[in-house]
Amino acid sequence: MSDNLLSLKHVSKEYSGNRVLKDINIELKKGEIHALIGENGAGKSTLMNILFGMPVIHTTGGFEGKIEIDGQEAHIKSPHDAMNYGIGMVHQEFMLIPGFTITENIKLNREITRQNPVSTVFGKRLESLDFKAMNEDARRALDTLDMNIDEYLPVAGLPVGHMQFIEIAREIDKTGIKILVFDEPTAVLAESEAKNLLDAIRKLSQKGIGILFISHRLDEIVDVADKVTVLRDGEHVATKDIKDTNKFEIAQLMVGRKISIDRSEGPNKNSSDEIILSIKDLNVAMPGERVKGINLEVKKGEIVGIGGLAGQGKLGLANGLMGIYPSSGEITFNEKTLSLNDPEAAIKSGLAFVSEDRKGIGLLLDESIELNIAFSAMQINNDFLNKLGPFRFRDSGKIRSHADKMIKDLDIRCTSPLQRVGRLSGGNQQKVCVARALTLNPTLLMVSEPTRGIDIGAKKLVLDLLKQLNTEYGMTIVMTSSELAELRAISDRIVIVCEGKVEGVLPPDAPDAEFGLMMSGSKSHAEGSEA
Amino acid sequence: MNNVSTGERLKVKKESSWIADNIVTLIFVAFTIFGFMVSDGVTMNFFLTELSSRFFRNAFLVLSLIIPVVAGLGLNFGIVVGAMSGQIAIAIIRYFNLGGISGLMLTFLLAFPISALFGYFTGVLYNKTRGQEMIASLIVGYFANGIYQFLFLFAVGVIIKVPATHPMIKPDGVGIRMTVDLVPVEDGGLKYALDSIMEIPFMWAVLIVAAAVLLLQLIRLAKNAKNPVFSTNKKRMTYINIASCLIIAGICAQAILTNSSLMMVRKVPVVNALLIIALCVFNELILRTKLGQDFRSVGQSQHIAEVSGINVDRTRIIATIMSTVLAAWGQIMYLQNMGTLNTYNAHTQIGMFSVASLLVGGASTQKANLKHAIIGTVLFNSMFIMSPEIGQSLFGNALLGEYFRTFMVYGVIGLALGLHVWRTNKKGKITLD
Repeated sequence: MSDNLLSLKHVSKEYSGNRVLKDINIELKKGEIHALIGENGAGKSTLMNILFGMPVIHTTGGFEGKIEIDGQEAHIKSPHDAMNYGIGMVHQEFMLIPGFTITENIKLNREITRQNPVSTVFGKRLESLDFKAMNEDARRALDTLDMNIDEYLPVAGLPVGHMQFIEIAREIDKTGIKILVFDEPTAVLAESEAKNLLDAIRKLSQKGIGILFISHRLDEIVDVADKVTVLRDGEHVATKDIKDTNKFEIAQLMVGRKISIDRSEGPNKNSSDEIILSIKDLNVAMPGERVKGINLEVKKGEIVGIGGLAGQGKLGLANGLMGIYPSSGEITFNEKTLSLNDPEAAIKSGLAFVSEDRKGIGLLLDESIELNIAFSAMQINNDFLNKLGPFRFRDSGKIRSHADKMIKDLDIRCTSPLQRVGRLSGGNQQKVCVARALTLNPTLLMVSEPTRGIDIGAKKLVLDLLKQLNTEYGMTIVMTSSELAELRAISDRIVIVCEGKVEGVLPPDAPDAEFGLMMSGSKSHAEGSEA
Repeated sequence: MNNVSTGERLKVKKESSWIADNIVTLIFVAFTIFGFMVSDGVTMNFFLTELSSRFFRNAFLVLSLIIPVVAGLGLNFGIVVGAMSGQIAIAIIRYFNLGGISGLMLTFLLAFPISALFGYFTGVLYNKTRGQEMIASLIVGYFANGIYQFLFLFAVGVIIKVPATHPMIKPDGVGIRMTVDLVPVEDGGLKYALDSIMEIPFMWAVLIVAAAVLLLQLIRLAKNAKNPVFSTNKKRMTYINIASCLIIAGICAQAILTNSSLMMVRKVPVVNALLIIALCVFNELILRTKLGQDFRSVGQSQHIAEVSGINVDRTRIIATIMSTVLAAWGQIMYLQNMGTLNTYNAHTQIGMFSVASLLVGGASTQKANLKHAIIGTVLFNSMFIMSPEIGQSLFGNALLGEYFRTFMVYGVIGLALGLHVWRTNKKGKITLD
């Protein structure tokens, strides 16, 4: 019998044969702050879904291992069960109803009711709401967090920092709350708000609530947590006391050594000093991937890798340049000013983009391969078209011969150029995207998440293709990817984006810890190499 | 820490302009006033008589639309289903020659299970067509109309044996006649069964309502005097309300004392009015219960409600059932006032007209309250009364006004839906800051 409030024992989970969690053990004591850290896809959210009994876990065959609460095995089958066991969660995206007052939100579906004559006949649901008692409860919860805000105000229009606190107030208002999970609570907060939040978390832990704190900000973890568990690719890498470790070690553990894609040669073969693309103060309003003032210069003939954690804005860069989301800034491309918010102008100026959203905006899934390859060029450059008076017709012959050439050059595995793109495998779809971008004869190719959702063998082929385009045709490539390993495999230098800004630029062979620190926005990464 | 002064917070809101929010209502007010200006034939007397009888006929139906809007189902065109249920109940009662007040009560009672059942099915359908409830509700109305016709034109007579001699059955013994006389209440029928219980002169009714509103406003003022949320803006509105109540009460008193022509306006059915008030009170009270709070939660965000453990589907079904049952009762009130059952047409326009009324009052697909329903019913029916008059005096042809009615009804619905989409798009637009 231990004094553990919560223990996860040998928890594993697989989604249709794909093992996403392997033998995770976590123990949480009363009043302890336990941080959980890992890259995207390390299994943090799956673990939390298991803890909360989310339907997605049980509809995919449940999990292995067991969860113990207060030393007793707990069977958590639904979020409601989790609530009964005293587990609360502060969500990353707020679960608040804007039109309701703070009280109504705190008491959502836990309203205090009073009997009335009608309810005695027709049941509990017709009992009247006791707003006075509800307001008092809300006040008490807010006071615990030192919030002076009035409980009867509507939530709409409050600053995000306040919303976060209202979420917390809702959780601590629940009776018998024992364990509180914070899922990246500071991701949306400004620095001072984040500090307030951390103070509040400390205060809650002093009241004896066990806290699981998911974050990728190393500084915060070192600051607030008692223990840290590092996950990587679904594996439990290590659990350490904060006092026995430091952020360099954590960073190293987080990034770790992965199955590396071998790098055949050193960086920099044919890049010149000529700057082809210069970005000054780029802001992009891409939801979830905001860019807040990026400055970057790309030299002709190089492969620039853009890395960083999800949600930090690395994807927004390419999307903003292509005019897919509203953006502002000063862009010089090929010695000309590039007008933003205008996809057509971007493509005409010689930029081409292979989107991370392959199925959404990348491909016409129900159309043939040849049409997909020729589509953008027909729209933008009037290629592959025959003019006849006011009408323009597709030049099928030209499209076919071009498609055949592309299929051969890029080794697209298909039955014929007429095959529907939707029937191809992920890797081949990606090649079609690249083929289409190449058909535009771009000066600079931007590729986002080129290996997302394709299997390991195909990954290598796509990366080799990019490499080949660069070495053989001297094409400048800007590749954005969440997978550090592939950035390190082909890039000449890697730009790490954090919180919408360029955090730093690293050579591909820099040590793991340095990448880890930079990605988590740790302020003192300059000393990283010494650790 | 975390201290934002209350006054500052309240000032931040209010970004949309008042005119844009109330454009539909303003158009209708302007139209009615314009009608009075151009047509000289309309006396105040005639106008108020028409308006009051139309108001008491339709208000209940319009009020039945509020709960679905609050619960996030949008405008429930499906109240047509409720109206049909009400008519089925009336047809049964009429067939057995029941009537009077007891007969009417029986009609209400009979309509309840029928409409609740159909409301349940409608609610299930809305849950399956999430996000498209309004289109689903339109179509379910047409679909139900088919079943209704099958029932009344074919089943009655062929499956359910009825005597061909019965006055509501067609002479060939199959199906119900196009129009069925509901027989005046004095002769043991349903016509005016509710209206005739008690009637008082129009001006007295207005006086009583004005006095009641005045009292409510004073209570509100006294109660909220110290409440900081009660802003100066609201306070100003309360003063305006009190003033207008006093003016109206004054006019009434003058009319009663001098026995002016306004006293000639048709008398007001008291029980009818009381039922409408009761429904208003019911709507207010239900929103203050746990169930009402669930309606609002679900209406604001189904996802968050679901995560908080509210049974979203069930809540939506309950809202639909309530609306359908209320519509059935509303249709019964409507028909006892009309006096004849227009078997195959009476219900067809109910959905459109009620929805249009609610929208005219300033409601939207996401926001509706009692004020919207009451003001909307008054304004929409004013338009109905005025449009033939305008057609007559401007073009010498009352029929043109008829066309204009249709144009206004569908125009209003289209405008409201268009505005809704426009606003949502504006809200969803991604901007740099």
